[in-house]
Formats: sequence, C-alpha cells, structure tokens
Amino acid sequence: MQGGHRLVDGVTYDVVQVTLLSLYVSGSATILGSLIGIPLGAAIGLKEFGGKGLLKTITYTMYGFPPVISGLFIYYVFSRAGPLGDFGILFTPTAMILAQTLLVIPLVAGITITSVTEVDRNIKNTVRSLGANDRQATFTVIKEAWVGVITAVMIGFGRAIAEVGAAYMVGGNIDGKTRVLTTAIMLETRMGHFEYAVGLGVVLLIVACGVFLFMRWLQERELL
Amino acid sequence: MVAGEGAALNDLLRTEELTREYDAKTAVSDVSMSVNVGDIVGIMGPSGSGKSTLFRLINLLERPTKGRIFFDGEEISYSRPDVYLIRRKMALVLQKPAAMNRSVFNNVAYGLELRQLEKEEIQKRVDDYLERLGLTESKLRNARSLSGGEMQRMCFARSVIVEPKLILLDEFTANLDPQNISILEKAVRDFVKQEGRAAIIITHNPFQAKRLCDRSALMMNGKLVEIGETWKIFNDPVDERTRAFVSGEMVF
Repeated sequence: MQGGHRLVDGVTYDVVQVTLLSLYVSGSATILGSLIGIPLGAAIGLKEFGGKGLLKTITYTMYGFPPVISGLFIYYVFSRAGPLGDFGILFTPTAMILAQTLLVIPLVAGITITSVTEVDRNIKNTVRSLGANDRQATFTVIKEAWVGVITAVMIGFGRAIAEVGAAYMVGGNIDGKTRVLTTAIMLETRMGHFEYAVGLGVVLLIVACGVFLFMRWLQERELL
Repeated sequence: MVAGEGAALNDLLRTEELTREYDAKTAVSDVSMSVNVGDIVGIMGPSGSGKSTLFRLINLLERPTKGRIFFDGEEISYSRPDVYLIRRKMALVLQKPAAMNRSVFNNVAYGLELRQLEKEEIQKRVDDYLERLGLTESKLRNARSLSGGEMQRMCFARSVIVEPKLILLDEFTANLDPQNISILEKAVRDFVKQEGRAAIIITHNPFQAKRLCDRSALMMNGKLVEIGETWKIFNDPVDERTRAFVSGEMVF
C-alpha cells in the first residue's frame, strides 16, 4: 500500500474514482430509497387505517437505525449461506447501495409523512371535491408538500454519503472496487496517512455540501 | 318532517335523516332536505350549527353516522369505490379558500386535467372563466399571492369550470367588498339559472339570502329548523326561532 503518497505523486485518478463511486453508491441509494420512501410516507400520512399511529412511531424510531445493523442485515442476507447468497453481490457496490437504501427509507418516509400531514386540510378536501381519485389526490398532495419532500431526499442523501459502517461491512473497502470516501478515510487514518485522510475528508465535505448547494440552487430557481 | 318541506321524487338532491355524530357531539342531526334543478337554496344559522359538516357529508368527503343521500337519480354513499366519479358531478367551494401552490391558470385548470380533457379545450375554457371572473391579468401569478377577493373568485371559477350539476358554496363572499360580492353573486345566478344547475349556499347574511335564494333554511344545533320559500321564511315563518332570526332578535 502506498496510499499516503498518491496525492503527493499526483496519481489523482484514485481520488476521483473513489469520489465517483461514493456519489454513485449514495446517489443510487438515495434515489432507490426515495422511490420507496416517498410513496410509503405519503400512504402512511394520508390513509386512515388501523395501526397507523404505531407504524408512524416505528418509522420515526428508525431514524436512529444504526448503519452497522443495516450492514449486518444485508451481509447476512447476501452471504454465501444466506437466503439470497446465490446472487453473489456481497462486496460489490450493489450490496452497498442496498444497505444504504435501508438507511435512507425511514428518513425519507418519515419526513414525507410529516410534510403531507401538514398540507392544509382545505387543500386536501378541495382536491377530492374537484374529483380526484385516490391516486390523483395523493400525487397532488405530494406536489403541495414538495419542499418538504425534497428536504427529505436531501437529508437521506446526507445520511448515505456520510455513513461508513454499512459501506465497510458489505463493501469491504476493496481498492478500485468498493472503496468510497468514508471507508478510504478510515483506512488511511488507521495506516497513519493522516494528511491523506484529511485531504479525503475535505473532498467528502465538498461533495456532500456541493450536492446540497446544487439542490438548493435548483430549488430556488424552481427547477425542482 | 321539517316544517315547510314537501316530498318530491324528481329532486336533483335529497337527503334523508342525514346525521353526523362525533365522539361527544352531534354536528348534523336528522337533516332531510331536497334541491331541484334551477334552485338556489340558502342555509343560515349560527357558527357551529353544522352547516359546513352538512356540506362535507353531501359532497361525500365525510361518512355520515346515519341517513341517506340521493343525487342525480341514484343513492350515493361515501363508501362506494367510484365515489370520486360522483364527486365530479358536484363542487364544493370551501369557506376558507384553498389555493394550490401553482399558477392561477393551473389552479383553475386542475379539475379539467383530472378529467383528462384535451389541452386546447382546457386552455379555452380556463381563459373563458378567468375572463368572466375578472382574473385574466392574474392568470400566471402564483395563486397564493392573490388578494382575498381574487382568491374567492379563483376558487369559484375552479369549481364551476367542471360544470357540476350542484354547487355547494360555504360563505363564499365572507369578508369581501361589495364589488367582489356582486361579481360572485351574479356568477352564481348565471350558473344556476342560465345553465340549469343548482346551488346551496351557506350564508351569515340574511340580505344575501334575500337577494339570491329561491328557498332559505335556518339551521341550529345540527338541526334544520325550517326550510321554505325565501319570502315566506322572512315574512311568515312557521318556527319561533326563525322569526327571531329574521327579525334580528337572535344575536350570534
């Protein structure tokens, strides 16, 4: 391993590749988690059914779901002896995406619940009174809650890109294959390449904040 | 049977003993009434007497505890799977105007889009209704930036543009200036009388009932005290409470 010298030697493609993989894994997990979490949150928030309160509480409680547990779960499911071991995706970016998706879903679903619940009751009644069926009404209410829903997605991304436990457990931090920014920082620190770790830390900070800034920029221009 | 209400078979809307109870309180109690095509019916009464709840029951937004509703030749109910198709034949304009976070044009077009009309047809009809209600210049503004009067007019346009057979107006001119009131009242009259539809309006203003309504009713504590021809309600009411209300002795 000569990780400590790579920045100095100008072999920057490693950093670029690790950064791109971070964006790919956490971006995919955010999209996947949102595709599941937004409809789930909207359904829990808008439908009346028995056990609704309990389901809400569970969703909110899962905000605190530890990444390591998510990693453990995906590790078990996709390990050789596990139920879905035949897929052979352990120690691939796909497994990392799935583990992070589990972390994103409760956040996105929970904030979506809050956002759609807060949409004015008069709007909900108006929408139904104008003849919207269930699907149309849900879609419109999500649109009314859009700012909150986008916030949910951003926070979901923030959680995914910043976590290390799940990515490390099911990805394995394999150089050139599953190494992302957070796991690289951990490794470099442990190996004593402190300056390199700090450099990667700065990159992570820029990437995470940059994505937020970009989304804010889109939002302010009403492109999102 | 409520005083003054006769039974008719060919009504556009008929409710039978419609009742809505909440945990401790009966919001609407045994309301039986009917509305014919071409009718404008006014419902007056103190705040909290169940008028708005009655509207939500008729519009199938809430499940009644008891009672039946007949509309446009069939019995309708909250629990039918095609409930949204029945709602498409009525329109409710809420007491508190609710603007969706989009342009005035897109707000007014909403009901037509739900019905999947052609784009050009939507364009044409929305422009027509915006013109009629004096909103053409606000067409592209975000609806949430409208003034109170503009907002009420937009909500009215958004509801009548889908050409419902029955329109339910909940204090649709509350807090408006005389000019806005007269624009909206004329629009209701045109809508019902020229296009052969029907309206029920909730109003706190006896003068509005006199100006606009063929029949009027008084509602108190969830019950329909009396319903009848507007002139009779104001000049020769049957119930003592109606007499007190129209003579202004009843202070809310």
